[in-house]
Amino acid sequence: MKIAVVMKLVPDLVEELEIDEEKARLDTTWLRLVANEPDEHALEQALLLKEQLDAEVIVLGMDGDGMDDLLVTAAAKGADRIIKLTGADGDTLNNHAVARLLEPAIRELGADLVMTGVQAHDDLDGAVGPLLAGLLGWPCVSYVSGVVLEGAGCDVRKEFPGGLVVEMEVDLPAVLGIQSAPQPPRYVAVSRVRQVMKTTEVEEHPVGAVDDRGAAEVQALRRPSVGERASMLEGDEREAADQLVAILQKAGVL
Amino acid sequence: MSYEAAKSAVVLAGLVVAGGIFGLTAYRLLWVNLRAGRPSGPLGGWWRRFLGLMTYVGGQRRLFRLPVPGIAHFLIFWGFVLLALTIVEAILEGLLALRDPDYLIPVLGDWGPLAFAQDVAAALVAGAVLYALYVRLVVDPERYRASHKSQGVIVLGFILTIVVSLLIMNGAGIELGEDPVAEWRPVSDVVGQGFAGLGDGALEVVVEVAYWIHLLVVLVFLVELPRGKHFHVVTSIPAVLLRNLEPPGRLPAVRESNGAPGVGAIEHFTWRQMLDFYTCTECGRCQDACPAHAAGLPLSPKLLMMELRDRLKERGDGQELLSGGAAEDAVWSCVTCLACDQECPLFIEHVTPIVELRRHLVVEGAMDHQLQQALENLGRYGNSFGQSERARAKWTKDLGEPVKDARREPVEYLWFVGDYASYHPAVAGITRTTAEVFGEAGLDFGILYDGERNAGNDVRRVGEEGLFEMLVEDVVGSLEGCEYEAVVTTDPHSYNTLSHEYPMNGRPVLHYTELLDRLISAGDLVLPRPIGSRVTYHDPCYLGRYNGVYSPPRRVLAAAGCEVVEMPRHGDRAFCCGAGGGRIWMEEGPMTERPAVMRVREALALDDVEALVVSCPKDYVMFQDALKTVDHGNGLVVKDLIEVIREAL
Amino acid sequence: MSRDIYVVVEHREGLVEDISFVGLAAARAMAEGIGGEVVAVVLGDGRLIEGLAADRAIVVEDPALSEYNPEAYVAALEAILADELPRALLAGDTSVGAEVAGLLSARLDLPLVNRCVGVRAEGETLGFTAQICGGKILVDGLLPEPTVLVTVVPGGFAVEEGKSETAPSAQTGPRPTLDELRVRVRGHIEPDVGDVDISRESVLIGVGRGIQQEDTVELADELAGALGGAVCASRPVVDQGWLPTSRLVGKSGRRVKPSVYLALGISGAPEHVEGMADSGLIVAVNTDPTAPIYDVAQYGIEMDINDLLPTLLERVQEAKG
Repeated sequence: MKIAVVMKLVPDLVEELEIDEEKARLDTTWLRLVANEPDEHALEQALLLKEQLDAEVIVLGMDGDGMDDLLVTAAAKGADRIIKLTGADGDTLNNHAVARLLEPAIRELGADLVMTGVQAHDDLDGAVGPLLAGLLGWPCVSYVSGVVLEGAGCDVRKEFPGGLVVEMEVDLPAVLGIQSAPQPPRYVAVSRVRQVMKTTEVEEHPVGAVDDRGAAEVQALRRPSVGERASMLEGDEREAADQLVAILQKAGVL
Repeated sequence: MSYEAAKSAVVLAGLVVAGGIFGLTAYRLLWVNLRAGRPSGPLGGWWRRFLGLMTYVGGQRRLFRLPVPGIAHFLIFWGFVLLALTIVEAILEGLLALRDPDYLIPVLGDWGPLAFAQDVAAALVAGAVLYALYVRLVVDPERYRASHKSQGVIVLGFILTIVVSLLIMNGAGIELGEDPVAEWRPVSDVVGQGFAGLGDGALEVVVEVAYWIHLLVVLVFLVELPRGKHFHVVTSIPAVLLRNLEPPGRLPAVRESNGAPGVGAIEHFTWRQMLDFYTCTECGRCQDACPAHAAGLPLSPKLLMMELRDRLKERGDGQELLSGGAAEDAVWSCVTCLACDQECPLFIEHVTPIVELRRHLVVEGAMDHQLQQALENLGRYGNSFGQSERARAKWTKDLGEPVKDARREPVEYLWFVGDYASYHPAVAGITRTTAEVFGEAGLDFGILYDGERNAGNDVRRVGEEGLFEMLVEDVVGSLEGCEYEAVVTTDPHSYNTLSHEYPMNGRPVLHYTELLDRLISAGDLVLPRPIGSRVTYHDPCYLGRYNGVYSPPRRVLAAAGCEVVEMPRHGDRAFCCGAGGGRIWMEEGPMTERPAVMRVREALALDDVEALVVSCPKDYVMFQDALKTVDHGNGLVVKDLIEVIREAL
Repeated sequence: MSRDIYVVVEHREGLVEDISFVGLAAARAMAEGIGGEVVAVVLGDGRLIEGLAADRAIVVEDPALSEYNPEAYVAALEAILADELPRALLAGDTSVGAEVAGLLSARLDLPLVNRCVGVRAEGETLGFTAQICGGKILVDGLLPEPTVLVTVVPGGFAVEEGKSETAPSAQTGPRPTLDELRVRVRGHIEPDVGDVDISRESVLIGVGRGIQQEDTVELADELAGALGGAVCASRPVVDQGWLPTSRLVGKSGRRVKPSVYLALGISGAPEHVEGMADSGLIVAVNTDPTAPIYDVAQYGIEMDINDLLPTLLERVQEAKG
């Protein structure tokens, strides 16, 4: 059983996001990139499966800022192979292009199961998972919060809005978009990462030409204007609290 | 064969058997097991070590932290040192019985003053043992819970038997008129009068029976000694002599076995730590002082030592030491407040082994989710709050006077603000007040702004050594570009690690209470409006116990016109707020009562005290929070020391 | 090229999901601009066309479509799109719509735009606004021609605008063979409501990352008690372990519709807004004046919640007497 985990980096929302002068991209001066959280859950789910049965976990990512660190951390957590796809600027590719570059790589690896985060907050042209599944012609279930492997298929728990969970059986090979693993992504000690950094090689897998059709043309990025709908209550704590109490009284809850 | 010949033979055989068993056991425990441990650091400072031995073993100084049990133990210890000679005497006389049954060894057997000392010592020991039995059987304090009670009682019985049989032997001897120094043995004389009616033959029998009981118990005791807590009689001497002389605030570097850091198996401890495990007397003073234990968490430093000793004795090869559950929970419960180490009469270290065990768990990834989150935040942002480093100096925004950026211009004092003072919403006001007071005092100071990181004191104590090293690199990197004469910090935790675990190149690190104390005594900071209120002061663990800073904050409070009323537990006995050692980042676990709440109650119990003054941002947060859950009708408030100074300005 | 706008109607347990009404409202804005029709695509149960604000509906009924199955949905939609390609196909940016749209985009080589919060017609051209980075950044762009797939998030269009008193005229769509599906539904697990079923509360106090400390949850709980409601949370608070998952509101949590929702320190990421946008009265307290929560809130207070909460609690208790 080979499980391929596709991971990427996204801007850290803890930082104030700035937009560059052309309004075309995020300003990278203060941008901090972090592993996409659902991708971390996908890795955790894969590692849990590896612990339960004899599975090989292969982590893939597009070459770009911070990808080596992300891959080495994945290896420190227990991934068997770490591969970065080189030859394309991973920082600027849209998800359609990424999915097209991943497709032959996944086939070449002979993966039985691909897991990736259900989405990334900077997706603009859909999440990678369903796009990749569509290209591979494999079944796809996303918003998954639990995976059990059995024989030629796997059982997954798919989440729906409102908290409903549906159990589905999926034939392999398949692509799963992971919402959350049964347990939070594991912690890996800094010393272990440093050790793995010295002993583990990041495999490089050159990719072919980039085909990025499938996304919309972006005119501009902007920050939401202040309170497009909300009317702001002014004043200090006391004044604001008084106005709020009046509103609550009017709404009939007080 | 004559009785005398048999006596010699039996004594000899007994000696060989008991001595052999003792020797073999001691060989296995002290030689084989200790050699399996990791090497301990180099030993030096022999004069200091010798003085320590005299003070703490000879003088039994730390035992007097509990006065009456301390006196009792002192009497038993010194009584036994004197009585050890009578044991030697008894054995030699037994061995020489064949030559001359009435032979008296010179000095040991016939020197009056020695006989007198021994006679009195025997009586005092008997009294002290009776008191000890009373404590164990009747008082039975909580600290003895789960100690080997029957073992303790049996050994006390041995000691009592040894001294009583000695007194009977000597007393009957006096009655027989055989004792040349009879007038030197007033206690034995009294005991002997109990046999006054007996004839010589019967008295002879009494002497011999007492002799045999005496000797037999001595030999059984010898066999029993290495098997339990009384092994400390032997191991305490090397344990105290070879104790760790490094400051308690400096943890040892990580040691690795086969690339695995920390302690995952009993053999991963150093031989010196192993010696500590044998030396535990199960007295439970550590447990009494332990805030985690008081809070109902599954940690008792005493039980941990006993557990480790048991694991060491029944050592298998490389057996995993912690297998989840209660043992792991115990290790995570520690607040590293050092109260246990401070209380231990024999300088056993508890905190360091706990950190070593944590180092192993961290590499295994075995920790609770909240701690994991905090460590991830610390790794990514350099603070546990998961906020941007750009927000670190946000508290300076509302200040009238901008704070200097120590990276851009030289300053006299580089203020290391720390995470809680920088990010915690409840502490930001205090941090601003500190800046204002520094300003009033005309201090030339600056901060590192977004160049500051968590200094890593508690990261290290959580056992995440790699992350600690990373933080040290970052902080040192920021400091390197700065011109400053001293570091001042409001955070005792940063103070500790910066003082002991950072390469400061001779630059002093000051806690703000020390700095204020200096400014006041030099006349640079004048407090014109003494407030005249009664306050109590909480000693932060990492300022007090770890670094011995007790009087500067009290002097500062006095200068501000405060009358400092002490809580029952103050100074080196101060009771931790429960936040240390990374506990503030972990899930609380099932506590009966939080340490901070207990501490606030202690302050509330004082008469007419207006404020609980703290000098640590974490204390402020913990006690503020605790006060909410406690009825405080008398209006006690938690104040940072700087707020008191502000009022007095 | 057709000028029609198709909307995939999402439904569960016999009820149309609110996000589909949002989609219909967005479709209306687009169709009006370019002169096309709004077409509701209903898979599984034709009766659900009742109340949809669409010009017509395409209905495909098949036992395999009675509840959502990605394989069946994609096959059915592929067959519909094979008949005629609309100007746009809209779906909710949900665990149904996002999955289906992605698969269709790759299989049919159609462009895709996700997290759409606004659309506009400029002559023949259609523009969109999408939310990224948890709603902190808006992206304006043009919807590619001739056909585009779009997934929508709540916030830009009111649910009511997608509803109608009547039903659109229905036509039956092509019915592909739907046996031997590679994904099969095995069963349902109903959500764990925990101690409090937040979906039934009429007053909710939502707490988010901005509360910064666990103690604030207690204060918020007191406030909820005073207002006769309960406390719920966004993802970061639940991840911290400060509240159980049963209190999570949003995409992976519960969907709530209280009459009053007080959002404290919640920035308003789409994942959260999805779960609470339909609340009656929304009041948001946040230090960031650009926080997207103010887009769905009627009232806002730009303040640190830890500064406001003690005073607010006091005032509410006074008001109660």
